[in-house]
Amino acid sequence: MAALVIAEHDNASIKAATLNTVTAAAACGGDVHVLVAGANAGEAAKAASQIAGVAKVMHADGEQFAHGLAENVAAQVLAIAGNYGHILFPATASGKNVAPRVAAKLDVAQISDITKVDSADTFERPIYAGNAIATVQSSDAVKVITVRTTAFDPAAATGGSAGVETAGAVGDTGKSKFESCEIAKSDRPELTAAKIIVSGGRALGSSEKFQDVMTPLADKLGAAIGASRAAVDAGYAPNDLQVGQTGKIVAPQLYVACGISGAIQHLAGMKDSKVIVAINKDAEAPIFGVADYGLVDDLFTAVPELVSSLEATAK
Amino acid sequence: MKILVSVKRVVDHNVKVRVKSDGSGVDIANAKMSMNPFDEIAVEEAVRLKEKGVATEVIAVSCGVQQCQETLRTAMAIGADRAVLVQTDEELQPLAVARLLKALVDKEQPGLVVLGKQAIDDDANQTGQMLAALADLPQATFASKLEVADGKAKVTREVDGGLETISMPLPAVVTTDLRLNEPRYVTLPNIMKAKKKQLDTVKPEDLGVDVRPRLKTLKVTEPTKRSAGIKVPDVATLLQKLKTEAKVI
Repeated sequence: MAALVIAEHDNASIKAATLNTVTAAAACGGDVHVLVAGANAGEAAKAASQIAGVAKVMHADGEQFAHGLAENVAAQVLAIAGNYGHILFPATASGKNVAPRVAAKLDVAQISDITKVDSADTFERPIYAGNAIATVQSSDAVKVITVRTTAFDPAAATGGSAGVETAGAVGDTGKSKFESCEIAKSDRPELTAAKIIVSGGRALGSSEKFQDVMTPLADKLGAAIGASRAAVDAGYAPNDLQVGQTGKIVAPQLYVACGISGAIQHLAGMKDSKVIVAINKDAEAPIFGVADYGLVDDLFTAVPELVSSLEATAK
Repeated sequence: MKILVSVKRVVDHNVKVRVKSDGSGVDIANAKMSMNPFDEIAVEEAVRLKEKGVATEVIAVSCGVQQCQETLRTAMAIGADRAVLVQTDEELQPLAVARLLKALVDKEQPGLVVLGKQAIDDDANQTGQMLAALADLPQATFASKLEVADGKAKVTREVDGGLETISMPLPAVVTTDLRLNEPRYVTLPNIMKAKKKQLDTVKPEDLGVDVRPRLKTLKVTEPTKRSAGIKVPDVATLLQKLKTEAKVI
């Protein structure tokens, strides 16, 4: 049986998390189909059809999918679920919102946040903030899965030539209603897709200082900005920047932790980064236990110095 | 309006768990147990709604072993009016808990169900959404702000990229994110008071729910350890290492 990937998209394009999920779906065996449920999402469906390894795109369109409300998207997935042995969502805010609704309606367990596909029914997933890895086997007829995107390489965004089939759109369930959103517009790379992340902790001391110190470094490195939970709770950085067990899970090429002590909940979100740099004035901070390069120094002098050194070498 | 809040007894978030050497699970035999932090936020939010006069009664529910009574007493010390323990020694997975809660929702007919978005032991992030699906209710997950008025809930949710606000008619299911509120400290007089509050115990059979696990855990292993690297003396060395050794910039 084929595997169905629920695409994450903005109606015009496919988000990167979809590509990693396609790779996980392919590992389950069988063809990979992608569902694009959106409003005027023809462009996104077209983009999905170009992903390498995708055999078919199902495109369901309607105003009821404009904001990805869980009740409507879940109903659409359920409408076509019968054809699939695996249904995979990226473990993003929207994937996590919808997937359990689908699983419950199908009366099957959901396998959350998988990091490896051992076989079509056996998967690995982190538990206890990544302090243990459980290998779990599902005996359900359909496997509903969310995929930790950092654990799978992205499928190539181009090279495929899948057909796009129109799926009959389910009606608006009318259960919840979108009111508004505040999505920060930024020219920076997306946190979960960035090659370099510079991340700030409580030691930054205020939202102004967070901006003043972290932004030049991010600009200089072309990096995304992240934050520890402590920094977000204190209001120094917005919630969508939080890296950790219950925030975003990231694995960039380079992660620069500034003034972050390294609570296990934070480490859970970034310890799979290729290279970790820690700048902290407390030499005993647990972050140094996972850092490839540790600099024991006050971030308020070290980070600006790093920025000016990067400037000097760029010339 | 009644509010149902579900609470889970988990290993305290400050405890670093150890994987058992036989790979059968994690060793929690002597670990300190606490209420799942997200559930504590859920109880706090429900109690605040009662204090505001929006809710009339807050009922805390926990599913699991007998010791979950302690977790329920904590919920009542925060301010829940009464508690229900669905007692079983069976390993409970999210679908089973959602089905138990669905049975209690049918019985209690709450206007709102508030749950933590995820438990910090299995990190599943499923139960609230599953309950909403089974009970055919609207859902608002990862809430950072909740307003209830005129039979509606308006919920601000933490999503990738920022915040989103949705509204839904009651009854509805809400799951909490970290910044919804800061739970109060429970005081000794309230702990004493909680001891006298009503705590009912039921069995999954009484609710007609089969709680047998669907997922089989084959083994539990240690993650690959990341070892500490080196300390560099200054920014210049750091930069040089990143360029020539790690080659990441």
